[in-house]
Amino acid sequence: MKFFRLVWANLRRKKVRTTLTIGSFLVALFLFGLLAAVRMGFRGGADAAGADRLNVINRVSLILPLPFSYRDRLLRSPGIKAVTHATWFGGVYQDERNFFPQIAVDKDTWFDVYTDYAVSPEGRDAFMRDRQACMVGRALAKRFGFKVGDRIPLRGTIWSGNWEFNIAGIYDGDRPDTDTSGMFFRADYLEERRAFGKGTVGWYVVQLLNPDDGLRVSRAIDDLFANSPFETLTQTEKAFAASFAKQMGNVELLIMTIGSVVFFTLLLVTGNTMAIAVRERSGELAVMKTVGFSDVRVLGLILAEAVLIAGQGGLIGLTLAKLVIPGLSRALPMLGVLYVSPLTFVVGFVLALAVGAAAGLLPAIGAMRLRVVDALRRI
Amino acid sequence: MVRIDGKGNGSCLVCVRNLDKIYTRGGEDIHVLQGLNLEVEAGDFVAFMGPSGSGKTTLLNLLGGLDLPTSGSIVVAGDEITRMSAGKLTSWRARHVGFIFQLYNLIPVLTAFQNVELPLLLTKLSKAERRKHVETALAIVGLADRMSHYPRQLSGGQEQRVAIARAIVADPTFLLCDEPTGDLDRKAADEIMEIIGRLVKEHGKTVLMVSHDPRAAERAGVVLHLDKGVLVEAAEAGGRG
Repeated sequence: MKFFRLVWANLRRKKVRTTLTIGSFLVALFLFGLLAAVRMGFRGGADAAGADRLNVINRVSLILPLPFSYRDRLLRSPGIKAVTHATWFGGVYQDERNFFPQIAVDKDTWFDVYTDYAVSPEGRDAFMRDRQACMVGRALAKRFGFKVGDRIPLRGTIWSGNWEFNIAGIYDGDRPDTDTSGMFFRADYLEERRAFGKGTVGWYVVQLLNPDDGLRVSRAIDDLFANSPFETLTQTEKAFAASFAKQMGNVELLIMTIGSVVFFTLLLVTGNTMAIAVRERSGELAVMKTVGFSDVRVLGLILAEAVLIAGQGGLIGLTLAKLVIPGLSRALPMLGVLYVSPLTFVVGFVLALAVGAAAGLLPAIGAMRLRVVDALRRI
Repeated sequence: MVRIDGKGNGSCLVCVRNLDKIYTRGGEDIHVLQGLNLEVEAGDFVAFMGPSGSGKTTLLNLLGGLDLPTSGSIVVAGDEITRMSAGKLTSWRARHVGFIFQLYNLIPVLTAFQNVELPLLLTKLSKAERRKHVETALAIVGLADRMSHYPRQLSGGQEQRVAIARAIVADPTFLLCDEPTGDLDRKAADEIMEIIGRLVKEHGKTVLMVSHDPRAAERAGVVLHLDKGVLVEAAEAGGRG
């Protein structure tokens, strides 16, 4: 601790340079927080997926339906606790820019299987009573100012016509990354009005009696419907969410590439800054060695400076990201639920420290190897 | 008693025997020091004089453990420093040597107090003990009222006094001064030499000093001339202090 003052004093030596270097870490770590949040948003809640749920889709494509009759056959299969279903609606609210997911669900079972959505008993009752009822997520309600009792008109794109829904309740998530930007409405309303696709659903969601049975039950379901006109592909909800996100392209690779380039550039910039700082101070470092500072201690002091710069920039950048990103998420709902998780924060901070240490390593080794006699001669 | 004939009885504080230092530059060997002998006892104040390139600073660097000789030995207070590893030499320097440079070499971002405290950071002294030592050292050089000043806020003479305080704060075995007045005006130079003289007379310090300045050198108890790497003459100057 007694050496901290020395490190701190050296950081204050060139205030503009130190501030700019801290600033570059700040920007990089803010970007890291943002990219990590977008990545999580694009994963479609794969991380938040239920461990005890399987998704059953048409083997050919997610956009092809499955017969409604499969529900009873699934229910009779061993290892299954409950079955519910959902169908993508794809309506437009006022303008196409106002995109949000609308999903037709089984009114009796959906919220029993998806206990991650917190719904009030009054809302649930209203949902059961009204065929045109819908449940909107908290984020969606905030976005458009929806209240319970409001009427939402949607223009159908898959099933044409104007569709109207009554808001029965607003659901919340039980975790910060639970997506509450969508709307659920009753599948019987869709079934009643749609002109085609009757008797089908988009996908089934199966709740397992034992989460460890996922693989066995998946195989059993796919075997059950093998060689039928509607063969199935059963996946864990995590895999389902991930494959859903893949339809948007390999966003993860793009994000990782951008992140790597940013950090590599940061490494070079900071390394160069530290090298200049050490070169400028070679005389002082020689004096410190003269009075008894060992080579290793000098190395440690230079590394500590680099890590302290990185740590400060990283901490500010990540904190800014944590504060700003929820607002960004509200402004750009098509990116999903964006937030900086505690894990992202910790990983980002450790990464910043590691880049700082790596950037300071070569200049620090240079300082360690500095020959006192040579350095004093140059003063 | 300072001897340069290598015939002492070995009771000296600093004993140098047959010291050679050869630099190789552009494929050519340059003999900077050749078979140099020197014996200095505790409390001696020795000045080395000589033209540029005569090896004065090289000798000082070798005595301070900053450089290693090509051959020969240097024994200080019973420790043969020429056989020490770099790591051991560093800790030996911290314990035994106080350096005073021509250009003061203070750390500009540290206050006078912090500059003087620097060598003590390597000791196990508590914060309160360090403070006490630093205050004492700064009081000796007459800068007790400038502790919180940065080097840029001090005159050259004051900066050199801070450097002297830094050199003596850990109570080293001896002081090595490389042209301590070389960058100062006459008045400031006299003040610095006055302080160094007092360190010898009142505090019993052993001082080895390189200087071009005859007025500074005449304060030393003994003036030795170094020419082409050899101590050629020992002269009794104006007495100790």
